[in-house]
Amino acid sequence: MNSKISRRQVLKGTGALVIGFNIFGSASEVFAQLGPGPDRAGDLQATSLDSWIAIGRDGGVTVFSSKVDLGTGVETALGQIVADELDVPFNRVKMVTGDTTKAVDQGITAGSRTIELAGPQLRHAAAAARQELLKLASEKLSAPVSQLTVTDGVVSVMGNGKRVSYAALLGGKKFNVTIPATGNGWGLKLAPDVAVKDPKDYKIVGKKQDRVDLPPKFTAQFTYVQDVRVPGMLHGRVVRPPTVVSKPASIDEESIKDIPGIVKVVREDSFVGVVAETEWAAIQAAKALKVTWTTPETKMPANAEAVYDYLKNTKAFAQRPGMAPRGDVDAGLAKASKTYEQTYRWPFQMHGMLAPSAAIADVQGNKATVWAPSQGIFDTRTRVAKLLGVPEDNVVVLYREASGCYGRLGTDDAAEDAVVMSRAVGKPVRVQWMRGDEHGWEPKGPAQLLTVRAAFDSSGKVTTWDFLDHSFPWTEANGIPLVTSRQVGLKGQGQGQPNGTGGGGETYQFDNQRIVAAAIPWVQPDPTPLRTSPLRAPGDLARMFASESFMDELAASQNADPVQFRLRYASNNNRATDALTAVARLANWQARPAPAPVSAGSVAAGRGVAVSARSNTVVAVTAEVEVDKTSGEVTVKRVCVAHDCGLIINPDGLKNQIEGNVIQGTSRAIMEEVKFDSSGIKNLDWASYPILRYEKIPQIEIQLIDRPEMPALGGGEPSIGPVPAAIANAIFDATGARLREAPFTPERVLRAMREGVTTTQRA
Amino acid sequence: MARISLRVNNRAKVVNTDPTTPLLYVLRNDLELHGPRFGCGLGQCGACTVILEGNAVRSCSVPVSAAENRSITTLEGLGTLEHPHPLQAAFIEEQAAQCAYCMNGMIMTAKVLLDKNPHPSDDQIKQALNGNLCRCGSHLRVIRAVKRAASVKA
Repeated sequence: MNSKISRRQVLKGTGALVIGFNIFGSASEVFAQLGPGPDRAGDLQATSLDSWIAIGRDGGVTVFSSKVDLGTGVETALGQIVADELDVPFNRVKMVTGDTTKAVDQGITAGSRTIELAGPQLRHAAAAARQELLKLASEKLSAPVSQLTVTDGVVSVMGNGKRVSYAALLGGKKFNVTIPATGNGWGLKLAPDVAVKDPKDYKIVGKKQDRVDLPPKFTAQFTYVQDVRVPGMLHGRVVRPPTVVSKPASIDEESIKDIPGIVKVVREDSFVGVVAETEWAAIQAAKALKVTWTTPETKMPANAEAVYDYLKNTKAFAQRPGMAPRGDVDAGLAKASKTYEQTYRWPFQMHGMLAPSAAIADVQGNKATVWAPSQGIFDTRTRVAKLLGVPEDNVVVLYREASGCYGRLGTDDAAEDAVVMSRAVGKPVRVQWMRGDEHGWEPKGPAQLLTVRAAFDSSGKVTTWDFLDHSFPWTEANGIPLVTSRQVGLKGQGQGQPNGTGGGGETYQFDNQRIVAAAIPWVQPDPTPLRTSPLRAPGDLARMFASESFMDELAASQNADPVQFRLRYASNNNRATDALTAVARLANWQARPAPAPVSAGSVAAGRGVAVSARSNTVVAVTAEVEVDKTSGEVTVKRVCVAHDCGLIINPDGLKNQIEGNVIQGTSRAIMEEVKFDSSGIKNLDWASYPILRYEKIPQIEIQLIDRPEMPALGGGEPSIGPVPAAIANAIFDATGARLREAPFTPERVLRAMREGVTTTQRA
Repeated sequence: MARISLRVNNRAKVVNTDPTTPLLYVLRNDLELHGPRFGCGLGQCGACTVILEGNAVRSCSVPVSAAENRSITTLEGLGTLEHPHPLQAAFIEEQAAQCAYCMNGMIMTAKVLLDKNPHPSDDQIKQALNGNLCRCGSHLRVIRAVKRAASVKA
């Protein structure tokens, strides 16, 4: 590839003028530059084709979507889908994303569901546009639609060479076409009856496509939310209390009087922040400001043990099945010839965004504009409107990308901080959390306690599977006010949202099978820094760690090879069987029971496997580890992945996601745990919350299983799920020690080795 | 406040600022550069890396006064969209990022590595980049990109 990219070429993409706002400018600039192009005022109905697609005067295609790119490349993949359906070159399609004034709400960008759900929405919109363009061409060229073909945005009549371009047909004008639309958000169905391309005719989907955002990112031409600068903008920093209901008993403004450029100490109910003319002044002031807080009525749990005890002993407020139950689990356990039971623990973990939360707000009277990296721009608009007590139409939310968020920016805290401080000073305010704010107050992935029981009959067959996940919910979910809203007096409501259900052993079929995710009420009446929210593949890592470790324990109890043992119970699941078989081949897996024969030397090596599914994407993983017998340190050397997410849109983008999932999953498996005591979070920087570094990055090999006959499914999360289980199983293979609590730190590995915790016979 | 002269990307710049201000905020707010990025303010993550007199430094932890009259290179100073530096071209070629927020630090640190050691081994690349955090997990692609750039420059 020639990587010399001229700016002119980039601009030429849609005819010099229509460009993606989140690369070069705002969406309003796009339309200013469009000149006499389509006027979209009043078009924001799902049933208006003009809400979705515009054809520029030169034939360039602009697509309007509320979906946002969280750094995963989804903007590129959605562009591929539209280009493919319209038969235009990929670089003629520009996505305008994440602007509440320009897009119909397609729901939050989350859950690895964007390709699966928004992909067909945009493909059907594109197909409706293509149909309309062909109708116009048919009139213009006096030929029936059945004799028309499209290449690179030019419609030709088969046989006689007559042709007309999309630009000539419609360039700069509206479609003025109504399309059927039902449902909303994730459930929105557009033009369901329009004919779409047969997958065998895809030309752009399924091929490697370089991402549109990376060249500007590598050359500092990209505008992250952190880079947004608004005229007259001031800088804000938050001063957080011990818990959200602690109030500032006193604020000593004298403590910052020597810092030049302070504009205002903002105090509103229990919210405290500092606004200054310069960022450095705001940083210094937030650090130096002396605030005495009232003693919090709510304390954090004393330690992790207290949390696990609470999870074990507290009645659930919701029980959700991971699958429809089979047979009679209680009877199966009662009449078994042998039963096993184990408990697994998963700690609170951090999203750990590399860029701490940031947003800019400009509140003027009863109107507000917010630049934020929210996963759900319409959700943020709702929250901000509620916080300000104004109609939603008075609030504009403009998405600007932050660093990868892994679920964190479904809870867009900084936007609210900026809104409160901007309202207080009457000027635009940019808020940037410091690292300690982020580690301290980011909502964590919830802790989980998991119990699994199984029964064998006398022939050694597993007849019964009983899986129970005790998890905290997400305290920070849709409809529940965030930190700042609560600090200024908005009340929380409801118990929060359960932490997902999948990964408890649905891959397999047993005669009696029950998989339940129990949501345990939050441990405290008021939010503390130990608040929770979805963290990439929410709940799955823990559930898959438990279910796939337990499968391994059962296999070991039967002296069975872990892959063969799994295949036995996945025989009705073709995709899981294919993925397991593929990953075993990729890893050159030789069948034998675990653990491996005891090795001489100071390092023990082993391999482990795990398979599971999330949102119908099936992933099988093997991990090869080395364990230092003296220190207990685990090094993951190689991870192989077989990945089946149905139809593949952009193979390289997908591989990129899988590599990231493996690395983040390895980090979470062996290193990551939020430490706390009753006074607060103890890991407030990267030194105390270490993540995987170059020195420990495993080699990764990936086999993509493409299924063009299937819908395209998600790839942003599924492959992180089975990684910790595969690593735990590899540690068992290497050492005979079974890790039932994450992360697999040297101390835990040594303890397990010392205690000789091996198989389920000890249960 | 003090007037401080800097040489940024081969251009003379004068800023009027509190001399204790970390260089990062001067580059981002006074000089409106997007390359160096705030990640931790503690010198722990590397997102703010710039090249100061040939060495990769954490601009969040260097007061601007310490950079007075010295030569600073930021990501903007390597190459442009039209004419990317071989490292930037290699990162594009390898699609070596997801969110790319950390990539300023990766590219700037790799630049200093390649300036000092044009043909690093994999282990040398890992060692040089080990202090730079990436949460998305693009490490393997970054290593490939640095190797590609080294081979192109050769």
